[in-house]
Amino acid sequence: MNSLAEPRKWERLLWPLLAVALFLAFWHYSVVWTATKVFPPPLTVLKGVGELARKGLLWRYTGDSLRRVGLGFGTAALLGIPLGLTLGWYPAANQVVNPVLQMLRPISPIAWIPVSIILFGVGETTAVFLIFLAAFFPVVVACISGVASVPAIYRRAGRNFGLSPLQLLTKVVFPAALPQIIIGLRIALGIAWVVVVAAEMIAVDSGLGYLVIDARNSGKRYDLVVAAMLLIGLIGLALDLGFRRLRTIRSVRWGFRDES
Amino acid sequence: MAISETKLSAGRITMAFQRDGKTTPVLNDISLEVARGEFLCIVGPSGCGKSTLLSAMAGFLSPSSGEIRIDGQTVTGPDPRRIFVFQERGVFPWLTVEGNIEFGLFALPRAERQKRISHYIKMVGLTGFERAYPAELSGGMKQRLEVARALAVNPDMLLLDEPFGALDSITRLTMRKELLRIWEAEGNTVVFVTHDIDEAVQLADRVVVLSDRPARIQQIVKVDIPHPRDISSARYLELRNGIFEQLGLAHAI
Repeated sequence: MNSLAEPRKWERLLWPLLAVALFLAFWHYSVVWTATKVFPPPLTVLKGVGELARKGLLWRYTGDSLRRVGLGFGTAALLGIPLGLTLGWYPAANQVVNPVLQMLRPISPIAWIPVSIILFGVGETTAVFLIFLAAFFPVVVACISGVASVPAIYRRAGRNFGLSPLQLLTKVVFPAALPQIIIGLRIALGIAWVVVVAAEMIAVDSGLGYLVIDARNSGKRYDLVVAAMLLIGLIGLALDLGFRRLRTIRSVRWGFRDES
Repeated sequence: MAISETKLSAGRITMAFQRDGKTTPVLNDISLEVARGEFLCIVGPSGCGKSTLLSAMAGFLSPSSGEIRIDGQTVTGPDPRRIFVFQERGVFPWLTVEGNIEFGLFALPRAERQKRISHYIKMVGLTGFERAYPAELSGGMKQRLEVARALAVNPDMLLLDEPFGALDSITRLTMRKELLRIWEAEGNTVVFVTHDIDEAVQLADRVVVLSDRPARIQQIVKVDIPHPRDISSARYLELRNGIFEQLGLAHAI
């Protein structure tokens, strides 16, 4: 195949499927050859998934994890987008807030666990709060830089047509920054999905993260541990693919020209 | 244009930019009058401050000293009655052709908006592209879209900053013709900045020749050839060569 040629549809499906098959084969034979008693082969994991489905845990845990991410990520977007737009809009405010923001940003949400337990107790709120923290900073930072990189020419054009400052923000600055904001949201969602696992391990007794730790603690069910891991991976992939579709919306597609 | 009522008057405009604690003078004592309905071109060497002067006329920048008056009122900020047209980069990529033209019409009732949209889409020849996004248009089409967006708000002045500079030479010639047609139909006052002397002599009623930075007015050339202009006529060449000489450029390359 010529590297410049557009891959055909079956090719685009074939190679990833082949890679997955190779990975599964490698996994299976590694378990067989090393004769490990601890790590389960793929088929055992699949049976584990079946067991979870029969017990009704599969849907419940997946649903719980998704709900927590939805709440945490949704709150982060709801608060983070207006805050980021405002800070991007008023460089003076940004100069005041930015040092604090940049200092809080590199703190892993995991480090917030003790503090959030003091604040919200062990439970649902703590889990959602940790996810919120994980998603909040990437959203704010993406909005600030999105607004800052709106070409001056667009703002001038907006002002020329007699827009009020608020109209300028909603009709020019926001749509001009939207592609960058979407990138920020996508990154934030990815991090939120990573953090939900940690949050569920310590704060709640349901969800995929809880499943990982619970399956290990109650009877060393490594088939269920690995099943939970794979589910986390697959759902994360699905979320990301779903989010990537946003860029095909016609009013933002212009912002993604250079990306593959 | 027979009417010689003053639309814009610039009185002793001086401008300087501060950068790294140094003051760079850009405009040096520019005084200028533009008549209502006139097509005025401003030419000068690149970087001389032509665009700065135009931005000051639009109200985006304020002069360090002197003042610009339009219809007798001092310019203090941008105003929809005078629309600044950038190179085609000024169209909004997140809006369709229709959406871009509608952009400045938010204060009007829906029926009137629709009327103006279809009128100006037809005028600039974008029929059939109403729902297209700028990324799907060519450079010339985007430029026409930006002109249509400007005209749709019925401005009495158009300020054009090297509007055809990024276009290929064939499209550029077509666009000049289009702009003249529109100007003759609408009767706006046009101030057109360009570094292309031929373009200026083909379009303008008068050509203002600026010097190197800090820009002062070297000469104002009246182009007394009726449209459509024969660009091989003796008078055309005489005026054009005069400006070339004024800018210190040789006849031959």
